[in-house]
Amino acid sequence: MSSENFQQSRTPPIATTGLLGWIRLNLFSSWFNSILTILVIYLLYQILVPFLNWSIFAADFTHNYLGQQIIDRTFCTRVMDPEIGGACWAIIFVRFYQFIYGFYPVEEVWRVNIVYSLLVIAVAPLLIEKFPLRKYFLYFTLIFPIIAYFLLAGGFGLAHVSTKDWGGLLVTLVLGFTGIALAFPLGIVLALGRRSNLPVISMVCTLFIEFIRGVPLITLLFFGMVMLPLFLPEGITLDGLVRCLIAVTLFQGAYMAEVIRGGLQAIPQGQYEAAQSVGLSYWQMNRKIILPQAIRITIPSIVNTSIGLFKDTTLVLIVGQLDLLGIGRAVLAAQTWMGLSIEVYVFVAVVFIIFTFSMSRYSLYLEKKLKTGINMGAD
Amino acid sequence: MKKLLSIVAVSVFALSANAGTLDDVKNRGFLKCGVTTGLAGFAAPDDSGNWTGLDVDMCRAVAAAVFGDSSKVEFTTTTGKSRFPTLASGEIDMLARNTTWTLSRDVNLGFEFVGVNFYDGQGFMVPTSLGVSSATELDGATVCIQTGTTTELNLADFFRANNIGYEALPIETNDEARENLFAGRCDVFTTDASGLSSTRAQSDNPNKWVVLPEIISKEPLGPLVRHGDHQWGDVVRWSLNTMIIAEEFGLTQANVDDNMNSNIPEVLRILGVEGGYGEMLELSNDFAYNIIKQIGNYSESYERNVGPDTPLAIGRGLNALWTDGGILYAPPFR
Repeated sequence: MSSENFQQSRTPPIATTGLLGWIRLNLFSSWFNSILTILVIYLLYQILVPFLNWSIFAADFTHNYLGQQIIDRTFCTRVMDPEIGGACWAIIFVRFYQFIYGFYPVEEVWRVNIVYSLLVIAVAPLLIEKFPLRKYFLYFTLIFPIIAYFLLAGGFGLAHVSTKDWGGLLVTLVLGFTGIALAFPLGIVLALGRRSNLPVISMVCTLFIEFIRGVPLITLLFFGMVMLPLFLPEGITLDGLVRCLIAVTLFQGAYMAEVIRGGLQAIPQGQYEAAQSVGLSYWQMNRKIILPQAIRITIPSIVNTSIGLFKDTTLVLIVGQLDLLGIGRAVLAAQTWMGLSIEVYVFVAVVFIIFTFSMSRYSLYLEKKLKTGINMGAD
Repeated sequence: MKKLLSIVAVSVFALSANAGTLDDVKNRGFLKCGVTTGLAGFAAPDDSGNWTGLDVDMCRAVAAAVFGDSSKVEFTTTTGKSRFPTLASGEIDMLARNTTWTLSRDVNLGFEFVGVNFYDGQGFMVPTSLGVSSATELDGATVCIQTGTTTELNLADFFRANNIGYEALPIETNDEARENLFAGRCDVFTTDASGLSSTRAQSDNPNKWVVLPEIISKEPLGPLVRHGDHQWGDVVRWSLNTMIIAEEFGLTQANVDDNMNSNIPEVLRILGVEGGYGEMLELSNDFAYNIIKQIGNYSESYERNVGPDTPLAIGRGLNALWTDGGILYAPPFR
């Protein structure tokens, strides 16, 4: 058979293009994948539908199914009639203040709000390279901790607010951000120290890192909470939150040091030699040549350990500090809200996911950006 | 290690004991009181962030006695592990944290329990449908029990002494026990009576559960201070005693003002109208009046926080006055 005309090009089979094609290629490419897909869809259906129903469609927010405003657990639909009731989110609404600020005095709470807003302004230029007037904002980032301290604790005419009144998200953020911010310089110093040619410095740093990394955070917290006060001179008591901060910072510092050391080791020897050959001193070499490169390549790992620390801060509950999770548990001890533990734990989990997920997304964005940077050569 | 810790602790507060906690508290202007991080009925924040509970009232009573103002308290939240070091180091002036008075804590840890503000004890809770009215009828029952606690040992002792058998379902936490019990995986749950009541209150229908009358262990919970500062110990002790004595004499928040010219001599002594009992404690003579006016008597505090009208619904039981069949008894105010 011979063809006289060129055959018209046909449209590709409908099963290989568009949505259908995508589904076929990715979800049903073989009998095994088809079974897996169906199984996963079935499981999602089994889990997601009841969860959405419980958390949204059958849930009480501020009013119950009779339209009454919920002021304690007895008004919750699920307490009145477990058959029809879903989540009772009223506990979160009623106690929202405690979740976000702890027991911070209401008339002073504007100070916390300012700190929360300033925190965004302080962190944004760190994260966004093209931030307008970035250089000046970075100076602000440097002095932000001092401003935040006086705003939160008082001073310069502001009323003193004891850290015993701090709680909830405030404590979680203070521990998380201060821990990360202080651990970073500590980590750099320790990493450089460990690679130092001076045996004493290198040994001290190695010992410190290995000791701190060798014990769990909870041990350090107990040490700070239980042992430290016994070593302090009589009449001097360190604030409970400060003791937790010290423990968290030392812990994170040791981990940060190892991350940064990894970066330092990844820098080719030639870079060191080149720096030394143009006559740079040790500090100049590290500041201008080595560290900028080392930190750049370790940023994803730094963010990674920071996420770990952020979650680890919940351990302070065990030494009696009421962070976000601790406040949740205290709220559940109130007789008016007893038994609504699932709501509280889901809320706390969601808040943590929001923070850690944003951190991990940011790390992903950085990774992509850095990769492009390397492909295009040095900038 | 534990011993070394307590020796260090003892030597540290042996030094600070000389300073005089009462003077420290007065100079500071507020009391530092250790409570739990949250336990229904004993210490928990209310909707507006104020701490409430039986232990919290104890702290507030001491503040009322010292300052005439029950709000002058700073609460420090402590856990089971951090409570003793926090008190020993002087970070708090007193601890009111549902702590069981035992010999070793009183003596070896170097603290002084000044009294008992709640007599707790291990009890049993069963579904009403089981139709059991006494723990001795529980032969062959499955018991939800927290492992590695004194509760577990007490349970074994009780069942052995009564010559009945049981099957233990070991669990780790109270939350887990609650879920197992509600799901019907065990017939009986045993823990401290106050814990049973709080578990019961969290069920969909509290009437489905009944707490059996047997109490098989002694758990006297009370406030404590550092050993060696007797003046301060006296202040806390008589703050607690005042609340108990006030109940004996029927003095309440509402009627205390009307009793200022009562014809009962002891009432006049309590309210500081006669005698200089406050001065003996280096407090003002109306310290007891302030406690009753601002906190109320023991009964009022009990009813407000754990009593039958609260979700916990714990009957007075052992915590009734000695005249009402309980064992609450305070020395005379004279």
